[in-house]
Order: sequence, then structure tokens, then C-alpha cells
Amino acid sequence: MTAYNFAYLDEATKRMLRRAILKAVAIPGYQVPFSSREMPMPYGWGTGGVQLTAACLVPEDTLKVIDQGADDTTNAVSIRKFFARVAQVATTEATGAASIIQTRHRIPEAPLQEGQILVFQVPIPEPLRFLEPRETETRTMHALEDYGLMQVRLYEDIARHGEIARAYAYPVRVEGRYIMDPSPIPKFDNPKLDNCPALQLFGAGRECRIYALPPYTRVESLDFEDYPFTPSKAAGQCCALCGAMDSYLDEVITDDAGGRMFVCSDTDYCATRVAVQAEDAA
Amino acid sequence: MTPLLQVEALSKYYGHHLGCADVHFTLWPGEVMGIVGESGSGKSTLLNCLAGHMPPDTGRVIFDTRDHGPRDTVVMTEAERRWLARTDWAFVHQNPRDGLRMNVSAGGNVGERLMAVGARHYGDIRAQAEDWLGRVEIDARRMDDRPRAFSGGMQQRLQIARNLVTGPRLVFMDDPTGGLDVSVQARLLDLLRGLVRRLGLSAVIVTHDLAEARLLADRLMVMKDGRVVEEGLTDQVLDDPQHAYTQLLVSSVLHA
Repeated sequence: MTAYNFAYLDEATKRMLRRAILKAVAIPGYQVPFSSREMPMPYGWGTGGVQLTAACLVPEDTLKVIDQGADDTTNAVSIRKFFARVAQVATTEATGAASIIQTRHRIPEAPLQEGQILVFQVPIPEPLRFLEPRETETRTMHALEDYGLMQVRLYEDIARHGEIARAYAYPVRVEGRYIMDPSPIPKFDNPKLDNCPALQLFGAGRECRIYALPPYTRVESLDFEDYPFTPSKAAGQCCALCGAMDSYLDEVITDDAGGRMFVCSDTDYCATRVAVQAEDAA
Repeated sequence: MTPLLQVEALSKYYGHHLGCADVHFTLWPGEVMGIVGESGSGKSTLLNCLAGHMPPDTGRVIFDTRDHGPRDTVVMTEAERRWLARTDWAFVHQNPRDGLRMNVSAGGNVGERLMAVGARHYGDIRAQAEDWLGRVEIDARRMDDRPRAFSGGMQQRLQIARNLVTGPRLVFMDDPTGGLDVSVQARLLDLLRGLVRRLGLSAVIVTHDLAEARLLADRLMVMKDGRVVEEGLTDQVLDDPQHAYTQLLVSSVLHA
């Protein structure tokens, strides 16, 4: 594979990306525009995340890729294979063994450590987009901290549904300044963003935006005093495979007769627990 | 007493075309100033310059701010101007669609200004919204309906509630009764007059309806081709017009 530069992108492009990343890290939660490249995958499949990963990878890295928490889905497998081929880096499914984790829609259950980088794939980086369609106006609103509108959205939820109905991409405030879309992670994962020891990078390829949370950044989920934020998951259920009560669960339909089961969305977390239980039993 | 708003030599050109030129006036606390004139006479240009929606080419607009006394809003930062627009100022558009969020419930529309200045208690915001809907005669049961389900008159009253909820000291109104039919106009005028008098609001009202000006305004400015041609107490201007254009304007009102 000498036809490609290391990690697919040419060095000038990676340099441009790194400059954008540095700026994003310097201003936590601020969306830095960058000149997004065509990647050999369709928009919406994680082109932003892939470019960030390519810019951060070094030959000594170990890469983990997850999609909705799972290591074995099409998107995760394809991206992992892609980097194994164009960067010849080691890959892993173990959260603790990875130095870079690219993720779509989840944060791993196992706590992240210092030195790790978590790369999020972001479809729409602008948390105010569906409230205010003009880009010029949303930028001004961020610049002037004019965030009343975001709160109006939460108000509308309570007025209509009796609670803040937003279950994913739940808006957060970073270091008391910028309002940020944490990408479509379930709101169950929002507390993990706060004070996280790992570097968290967010890339939106189609929208040409990069933003970041440096390690140990204060991240608060928006709420009302009388309707506080609650990180929710399937109520009263535990994982059918490993019995975990504290992890985020997927509901899986097993037959046409209404059969269903709840399993951990994080496959590595679940498999590790199952292996430990088998060892204890043996 | 410090004037609430002091306008000095305000001019606005659109390229070579004149918007309004050399406008001077002083608005005292509790006073309502009417601006009348035909379409294209520069009324709305003037109002938009006063409210900070567009920068005037020359002149000063000095507003008596709560914390820092009289300040020129033209040279303020955008952040300061927006803060004023959310707190001490209110702007009632002619078309309620311009001033309302049509896909947000009535309660959310009224609550937006409260949340924009930091209110974070849902129950309190809702109680205040309900109070204000009552004051503009909108049934509290309609609180969670969207404005598109409201009649034109209700939309306009909702827009007024949304603007007045933070207790502004200066209200700009751009032809608030335009586009409404006559009986609805009368009701809205009645409501506006009540609110202005009860709350002691200061207001600048642009209108082309002389009867509305008579009802609401203490003083009147008559504009023609971007310039103020006559200014004085409302009754004085309307009953004894001095300028030829004002005489024409007063005499062209049709009586049913």
C-alpha cells in the first residue's frame, strides 16, 4: 500500500486539520470551520470523524471503532479495516487498550483514561439549527451568547410532553460559555462528557466543522431548575447477556411473536463482563 | 429629568436614495411619540434606526440606560444593543409573523424574552406567560397553541404580550394596527392605550392612521420625503396644521 500517504490524507491536509483541531481545543465547544475533503465513503457515514482520526493517527496508535456502541457493525468494521489498510495501525475492540476511539452515537461504558482520544462523528454540529435556519444568525448568537432560543426549545418540550423529551443529541453548555451539540449520543452518555480525562474531538464532514472538549472540561446539560436533567435509559431492565444494570441497553426484537430482549449497546463492555463471569464460574 | 431618548441629526441613505434625513427629537419618560406620514416617507427607516435594526449614516441616538445613564446606541457593541433589545426595548412589528416564532407555542413566545435574560424556572416562566396572556385578553387555555392557530388580532396581541413581559421602558411600534379589520383595530387600540397608560410606557409609534395617532400619541411628528415637516402636541398638529403637507394629510381623512 505505497499508493497512499500514511492514513490516506496527504500531509498538507493533515496539517490543515491539526490546525483546526488546535483551535477547537483552545476554545472548547466552539465550532471551527475547516475545509472538509472528499473521503472514500458517503456523507453521513462518518467522513468528519474519519478525517479527524486520520489527522491524529501515528504509527504507534491502536485504533478502536464503534458504531452505536458495537464493534461489529458495518460502519465500524469498514472504518477499522480502512485504517488498518491505509495506516497499518494496530486495531482492537478493547476500550482500555485503544489510544484512539472513533465512535458513532455512543461513549464507551468503561471509563476513559488520560492520553486517549475519543473521536465523534457528527451529522449536524449546530445545536441551534432547527430553531434558527440562518448560519449567519446562529454564529452571531454563539458570539453574543444569545441562547434564550435554546431554552425555548426545552420549554416547548415540557409544555407539550410534560418533560424534556429530547433523548439524544441533548444540548450541553461547555465551561459556562458555548452551547454545543454532543452529536447524537443518548442523553444517558451526557454525564460522561463532563470532566472526562480523555480528549474528545467532534468532526462534521458534510458541514465542515470541528469542535472539541479538552480533558477535564466542565460540561453541563441544559435544563430548568424545576425540571432537572435526568440521564435516562430503558427503565428497570438489565442486560440479558451479562446482567449489567448500569449500562445503556438496546432493545432487540427476537421473533415475530413479540419476543424481545435488552442487551448492552457497548459490545466490548458486555463481552468483557461475560468473560469474567465465565472465568469465575469455572 | 433626563430624556429617555434623544435623537440628534439622524440620517440614513440607501445609496443615493434618501431614507430619512436630519431628524431631531427628544422623548421624555412616560411620553408617547407618534410618527405619521405617507408610505415611503421614511417612518419605518427612522424607527429601524432608532431600534438598532440598522445603523444610521450620521447622527446620534442617545438612550438613558438603566445602569450607565445616557449612552449613544449607535456606537454601542452589538452585544449591548441586543441586551437592550431584550430588556429595556420592545419592538412591535406591523406583521405579527415578523415578531413571533410561528412554530413555538404562545407560552413559549412570551417566555422567550424571560429565558433570554436568564429565567430558568419553568413554573415561574409559565406563570408569568399566563399572566401576560390574560392582560392581552388571550384565554389561558390557548397557551400551548401555536400562533398560526390564532386570528390576526390575537397574533398581534400575543406579539405585544411577548414584548412587554420583561417590563421594557421604551416600546417601538411599527403600525401595530395595520392589516387588521376595523373592529379588531378598535379593540387593539383600546388595549394598547390601556397598557401604555397603566404601565407608564414610553413609546414611539409609527402609523399612517391619524385617528390612531390622536388616540395614543402625546406628541406627533409629520414626515414627508424623509424629513420631519412638522412637530408638536398631537391635538395642536391635527387641529391646527401649519405645514401645507400636514394640512393635506389632515384634510384627506375620510369620514364614514
